[in-house]
Amino acid sequence: MDKMMQLLKLLEKTDYIEINEFRMDFDELEFHLMPAVQQIVGKTREESIIGKEVIPSTPAVGEFVPPVHEYPGKIAEVQLGAGTRQTVYLGGQRALYRFEEPQPNPPVVTFDVFDIPMPGLPRPIREHFSDVMDHPGDWAKKAVHDFGANMVTIHLIGTGPKVMDKSPKDAAADIEEVLQAVDVPLVIGGSGDPKKDPIVLEKAAEAAEGERCLLASANLDLDYKKVAKAALDYNHAVLSWAITDVNMQKTLNRYLMKEGLKPEDIVMDPTTCALGYGIEFSVDVITRTRLAALRGDKDLQMPMSSGTTNAWGSREAWMKKDEWGPTKYRGPIWEIITGLTMMLCGVDIFMMLHPLSVQILKEIGDTFTRNYLTTKVPDISEWITQLEG
Amino acid sequence: MIVTAMDVYKLLPKTNCGICGEASCMAFATKLSEKEMELSLCTQMMDEELEKLKNILAPAVSEVTIGTGDKAITIGGDEVLYRYELTYYNPTALVVDVSDDLEESELEERVKTIKDTEFERTGEKLTLDAIAIRNKSGNSEKFVETVKKVKDANLPLLLCSFNPDSMKAALKIVGSDRPLIYATTEYNIEEMAALALEYDCPITLFIPNDLDKMKELSNVLRSKGIKDIVLDPGTFVDAGIGDSLDNFIMIRRQAIEENDEDFRFPIMGVPAVTWISSKEDKVTTGMREATIAATLMNKYADILIMHGADIWELIPVLTLRQSLYTDPRKPQAVDPGIYEFGDVNENSPVLMTTNFALTYYTVEGDLKSGNVNCYLLVLDTGGRAVDVSVAGNQLNAKSVTDLIRNSGIENGVNHQKLIIPGLAAPVSGEIEDESGWEVMVGPRDSSGIPDFLTEKW
Repeated sequence: MDKMMQLLKLLEKTDYIEINEFRMDFDELEFHLMPAVQQIVGKTREESIIGKEVIPSTPAVGEFVPPVHEYPGKIAEVQLGAGTRQTVYLGGQRALYRFEEPQPNPPVVTFDVFDIPMPGLPRPIREHFSDVMDHPGDWAKKAVHDFGANMVTIHLIGTGPKVMDKSPKDAAADIEEVLQAVDVPLVIGGSGDPKKDPIVLEKAAEAAEGERCLLASANLDLDYKKVAKAALDYNHAVLSWAITDVNMQKTLNRYLMKEGLKPEDIVMDPTTCALGYGIEFSVDVITRTRLAALRGDKDLQMPMSSGTTNAWGSREAWMKKDEWGPTKYRGPIWEIITGLTMMLCGVDIFMMLHPLSVQILKEIGDTFTRNYLTTKVPDISEWITQLEG
Repeated sequence: MIVTAMDVYKLLPKTNCGICGEASCMAFATKLSEKEMELSLCTQMMDEELEKLKNILAPAVSEVTIGTGDKAITIGGDEVLYRYELTYYNPTALVVDVSDDLEESELEERVKTIKDTEFERTGEKLTLDAIAIRNKSGNSEKFVETVKKVKDANLPLLLCSFNPDSMKAALKIVGSDRPLIYATTEYNIEEMAALALEYDCPITLFIPNDLDKMKELSNVLRSKGIKDIVLDPGTFVDAGIGDSLDNFIMIRRQAIEENDEDFRFPIMGVPAVTWISSKEDKVTTGMREATIAATLMNKYADILIMHGADIWELIPVLTLRQSLYTDPRKPQAVDPGIYEFGDVNENSPVLMTTNFALTYYTVEGDLKSGNVNCYLLVLDTGGRAVDVSVAGNQLNAKSVTDLIRNSGIENGVNHQKLIIPGLAAPVSGEIEDESGWEVMVGPRDSSGIPDFLTEKW
């Protein structure tokens, strides 16, 4: 037990343990890995880089001082839209919360539009767009003019070899159609086929030269160099997609920067798991990513994106089941709460499907740019009697 | 503040007597720091160390219990600002209100709805926790009548009135059941505090949008010897939600980082106020209320009062609670290998899924409720869902083939047909090539499995 105490004593002043060429032979060994050690080991990566944010000293008793931290890091500001496009800015935060410093730019929602009619889309969506689903240009126009979209995502699903196997040239034509139809910035998405996406994105990038679109996406499973080069050659930004893994995200960002992209050219997608389908993993990864960025990790100082549309895959969103109430209401609410949860962890741009979900999310997001105590709030001091029913 | 096993160990007797049930004091220290055992199990503590330990084991946010007996709920208890740092404790209590001016039949109906609300997911029954009785009439007799009726529901109660006479009258009926008093404000603090002390009940401090005043009055309550306090800094909808968020976050930071005694209490949100100002239809208002509830739950609400009681509105809120309060330290994976459902024989279908716990339990629930007889092969994807592991290449031809070979399924059935999840369709061809088995692409959602098997097997 003496040895144990000595070890504990040593550990008290230790922030970092590095074990090299460690080898152990044993028949039976019982480990009590203490949480303290786990935490120290787990934290070293984040803390060795930093600058933790500065926490103010304890105030005098009885006085409330807002707990405002100062952070050594800043999130890059990414411009989307140029040339014939309107302009939207993402990121630029120097703090975690608005009472510390309001965000310079509000979160942005980009409406999903597809290059094929997508018969599988849930009914609450088809209800709004069934008249325009044959033409991505019309679809985009409706999203912008009827539902106030700030941005549109054109998913080139039809280029998938197992979907319609449309050629990169067809894809470029679809992009031109959407560019003609609306003047908001575009996100250009592939079909998810790792072999074909880089070629499709390259052609699409060329068709949209100088318009500063977001190419979605570069990841470690495909030729990300080609995607990065297309962005550099034709003036676009790149979506850097990692699968709920902060270290994978760092690695990919570093690779992309090595290709010549700057943090101002990159948006991260740390992966959105839908509400009830692992959203807590996304909460953890996105929170850690933003905290690490603000604390000074230069590999993670980019705005973040959420594929909120994933929410529609959840059975609670679409499955007909009388005891759960109408799907018409469940779908939008599932999308809102999935997106909202990501927004509260720091996500800057949301890919979404339903007009009401988009509206409600934007309303909350818009408050992030305002100062604390500058909004006129309703008088709720008598809510107990004011509330009817 | 996170308390480490080391901090605890140093104060334990280090005798390894084993009376607590653990093999060593170190093991006991670990359990104590993770709040899995009670300090009172150690019989060898010296008084001084005991006091110190009690102090350091007290959570940064104090725990407040509402109600008595097996239906009692405890809120608060958190130690960290972000769940990845440890875990969140005591899931947010979800409360639905009833008004004291409802007709008798309406009241009965509403109480029944609250009691019966239940949503089952991944093997867990998600329910509401308490009923808030609102003194809408302002009349203390009506309030008492309602309290008497709702008392029989046998759920913890929140008594909502700013009128000390109403509160006193209600406490005469249910004061021994530990209801939460809602609320004391700057205008009734003397009377309400006296009632909290007299009946030994927890009390809510309601100070909308003024943390200076909240701190001051929390201090007043504490100086009177009141320990069980809940803080309501006001819930504002529309653009006001920004201020509510700021207030919630600042309160929790004060508790956890600044050890500010006046703020070390659970926080209450009242999404029900959405219905006061709403000019929208009932459905949109319900969606907005659920949105406000989710917003505040994400940022530290420990208890929420809702007005909408429709199941479609409550399901997402209950689900978010289940998700956020999952313990990140526990593995989110089940053992890979072969699982049997119902009566299986050599002709039974063979299905496959991944070992992500949420995925597995969803599939398991559907197989059981559909009375399906089948084998289920569970692939080790490191606890990743189907779509994620296809994208991340943990679910590929080789891993699935290894699973077929190593699971022993080839000895269990006399066919070579594997049904894979619909979301794994992109790799169906390569699995066929590598394994030599015929691959059938199943439904994208496991709820479709019973129908799929009826049609295709």
